[in-house]
Amino acid sequence: MNKLLTLTTFLPLLGAVMVLAGGRALKDDAARWLALGVSLATFIVSLVILGRFDPSAREPFQMVEQAQWVESIGLTYTLGVDGVSIWMILLTTFLFPVSILASWTVTADVRRFMAAMLVLETAVIGTFVALDLLLFFLFFEALLVPMYLLIGGWGGRRRIYAAIKFFLFTMAGSAFLLLAILFLYSKGGAVSFRYDVLLDVAGGLPATTARWLFLAFFVAFAVKVPLVPLHTWLPDAHTEAPTAGSVLLAALLLKVGTYGLIRFNLVLFPEASKYFATFVGVIAVIGIIYGAVNALIQTDIKRLVAYSSISHLGFVVLGVFAFTQQGVTGGVLQMVNHGLATGALFLLVGMVYERTHTRDLDQMGGLASVMPWLMGAFLFTAFASAGLPGLNGFVGEFLVIVGTFAVNHWFGALAATAVVLAAIYLLWSYQRMAFGPVREEHRLLPDVSLREVVVLAPVLALLLVFGVAPSLLTDRIDPSVEAVIARVAPEGQLTDVGDAGSRAIAFEEFP
Amino acid sequence: MIGQAALPTPELVFEPLLPELALVAFAIAGLLYEALAKRSEPLVHLAIGLVGVALAAATSLWLWNWDGAATVLGGTVAADRFAVLARLLLLTVAALGLLLGYQYFARSGDEQKGEFTPLLLFATSGMTLIVAAADLIVTFLALEILSLSLYVLTGLTGRRAANEAAMKYFLLGAFSSAFFLYGVAMAYGATGTTKIGAMALALTGGGETQALALLGFALLAVGFGFKVSAAPFHMWTPDVYQGAPTPVVAFMSAATKIAAFGALIRVLDVAFQALAWDWAPIVWVLAAASIVLGSILAIAQTNVKRMLAYSSIAHAGFILTGLTAPGSVGIRSAVFYLVAYAAMTVGAFGTVMLVSGRGEERTRISDYAGLARTNPIAAALMTLFLLSLAGIPPTAGFIAKVNVFSAAIDAGYWGLVLIGVLLSVAAAFFYLRVIVLMYMQEPEEVSATGIAEGDGAVAGDAAVLAVPAAATLLLGVFPGVIIGVIEKASVLRW
Repeated sequence: MNKLLTLTTFLPLLGAVMVLAGGRALKDDAARWLALGVSLATFIVSLVILGRFDPSAREPFQMVEQAQWVESIGLTYTLGVDGVSIWMILLTTFLFPVSILASWTVTADVRRFMAAMLVLETAVIGTFVALDLLLFFLFFEALLVPMYLLIGGWGGRRRIYAAIKFFLFTMAGSAFLLLAILFLYSKGGAVSFRYDVLLDVAGGLPATTARWLFLAFFVAFAVKVPLVPLHTWLPDAHTEAPTAGSVLLAALLLKVGTYGLIRFNLVLFPEASKYFATFVGVIAVIGIIYGAVNALIQTDIKRLVAYSSISHLGFVVLGVFAFTQQGVTGGVLQMVNHGLATGALFLLVGMVYERTHTRDLDQMGGLASVMPWLMGAFLFTAFASAGLPGLNGFVGEFLVIVGTFAVNHWFGALAATAVVLAAIYLLWSYQRMAFGPVREEHRLLPDVSLREVVVLAPVLALLLVFGVAPSLLTDRIDPSVEAVIARVAPEGQLTDVGDAGSRAIAFEEFP
Repeated sequence: MIGQAALPTPELVFEPLLPELALVAFAIAGLLYEALAKRSEPLVHLAIGLVGVALAAATSLWLWNWDGAATVLGGTVAADRFAVLARLLLLTVAALGLLLGYQYFARSGDEQKGEFTPLLLFATSGMTLIVAAADLIVTFLALEILSLSLYVLTGLTGRRAANEAAMKYFLLGAFSSAFFLYGVAMAYGATGTTKIGAMALALTGGGETQALALLGFALLAVGFGFKVSAAPFHMWTPDVYQGAPTPVVAFMSAATKIAAFGALIRVLDVAFQALAWDWAPIVWVLAAASIVLGSILAIAQTNVKRMLAYSSIAHAGFILTGLTAPGSVGIRSAVFYLVAYAAMTVGAFGTVMLVSGRGEERTRISDYAGLARTNPIAAALMTLFLLSLAGIPPTAGFIAKVNVFSAAIDAGYWGLVLIGVLLSVAAAFFYLRVIVLMYMQEPEEVSATGIAEGDGAVAGDAAVLAVPAAATLLLGVFPGVIIGVIEKASVLRW
């Protein structure tokens, strides 16, 4: 059966239809279990995909499915995975059941909430498997609606403002994306939107045209990532979204942006990518430091994590635009790791908030003595996020910095300072939360429940596993990254010394 | 004796006019029933209307395989597939309009209006005639038939707002008709004919009359611009849409656009095809102005019907965007857009009617607060139609936009597309605002009238909207279904 990608993409949608079709007859609990079951089934399907994925295969994409969809306008239904997208898919299918389980505490309009979650899952997976530019755009736009509903319907006090801001920012970016896609399509004689077809078309464009198109794609993805100065929607959206919304926004939706940069900007417009590399590097570094500095001064813990996301995503972009094996692999690794670590942070912040009903760090304190397990998990995750060696955050950041140093010392050095800042803001916030005198009203708060253990345990386990054995990821990422680099910077391969994945573990051998 | 030879009479071939004949016959039947029956039953009126429409649709379908002359009755009426497709679309919209009108008058408790069905059929006959008109005189006649019927329909309820709307519509409409007629005269002066096909031939050769012809085209564009509510000839739209009875608005917002664009396409791509380079900038400007004005002014509206009116101006702009591409590429994109737009606008106004309860109450945007709680079906339908109007996948509106944008880019007008995509974002804002109200805010208070009147009636009313809702989704997911048909119908015969 080679329809696995279709199955994993549309299974959640089917679940959403089922949840909605149940109507009032479907009790809240039944809707929760149904959604969880569907998302777990999707995860299992994606594991099968991982099992079938052959890292040594020669063709760039595997398990390709192709069918005509709207023949007259050249829209095809083309899906496929490579070593980058497969991890994005798994990250998605892994985090959705986790988020759904974490949303057991949602009590308003449960059916609609779960349906929105499942629709979102389909849209996110769709963006990662689509190998037709219009199809990609379709998923890219479609994921806005459920996310918008999640923020606006179940968010915090300023949820409506945040939801509309999120929607309009992203849609404004994608307006340019649509324009660029249509332009590319018309240059190709308006035959097909398929990735491989447009790849050839893009290859034959004059340099100036390619640069303009690069910028149009770049703006769309830069809003999503987000890169400074297009980031202002993010702190609001993250802060106001319900816990599951924040987790998915940070862990997955931002990755759609960086994934788009790798899949489309680099590969379609290699010359333009190099032309703009310094420019992108500068705003990535600005984002890294700006995000970190802003995180330092936040007192709202959710906003703090949101700004840390801006910083971490800056690393991804910096690594990707270094065009070296380490840089790009590190960037992809950082995408997975940030998804897990920041996802876990948002889960934990959500759990703390459900107990204390405040996100203000000044209103907390001494929580470590009240709920030692929860705070222990928080510390562990904070370490992972700050890039402590042995946990997953380290490997990606390290590779990015190494990969960047090879190209630009300044970028590497400046980015490295953010690692220090990350340690400061994460540990400082932990200190304010966990230590000091306990506030009277927090004295009797419960520690983690069984459900919360089930939510957190797999995520935390992966933080450790991918920290100790990053080669699990890099074995599959490397070949695809090589293909990308072979296109964008053939000479970049020369600066590569040995296998990036294996060296990441044995980093002490680095000269 | 100057005699017989001086007045050649065209051969009379009436088959291509059968749909119009059916509509007019049943309209007259409706009038007679209203006049002769002691107490007219709304259900009988509805039946007369639906049978008339069905008969017209059947004859139109039969014309799909017409193998006679390209034009009949002395070259004044075209018998091509484009006309068939446009007619079928119009008839579908008319059927929905009849059903919505039946519900509206049954619910509003107003005195029954026996004129509704005949007037709607007369309007439809004008519309189906205009899309087949191959002579500008016939175009003008059809334009007047449909306009006069619509003026009366607008003021049908006799409410103050409706009367005011009808008056405005009539005065401005009469004005635009004058422009149109003047345009016909100019075009006649330039080419010596009013027949669309003959004009095309006269203009291909070049020559010094082209400037005059172009002036004629500009005046015709004013007339068409008024009918399709393209800026800057859109002034009447918000007032009329707000004041007219909602089912009439649902009908005319979709059907008038189809009819007027159908006729405009013939004028652009047949009569003036030789001047494509000259008329394209005019269309460009109309498109850009409509998109910008419609999208921006809609943001400030507080009444749903007014908001949808401005949105309809913006959508006229999007359709014109597709028409900047001459020939079948532009026609295909515009026709697809018309199909999609018909589905979503009939649906949106139909939902407005569901929500508004008796008469025209509850049409403020703030009335939609908490609708998801009080009337989940209406809220879900409205969301679907608004998302489609905003062009979000997987709805018809998205594919339609991709189509017109890609046609315009093909023709080299990417600047216009840039305006289009950016203003789509602004437009998303006001569509979203309604969704926000419906799903994210609490209802102000459930009013005594309107939706609280029992779910049964509402569910029944909503059943009519299943057609546009299904079309909106289906065209978004499987647009190939209709695109194949459109391709066959996008060749104009003359």
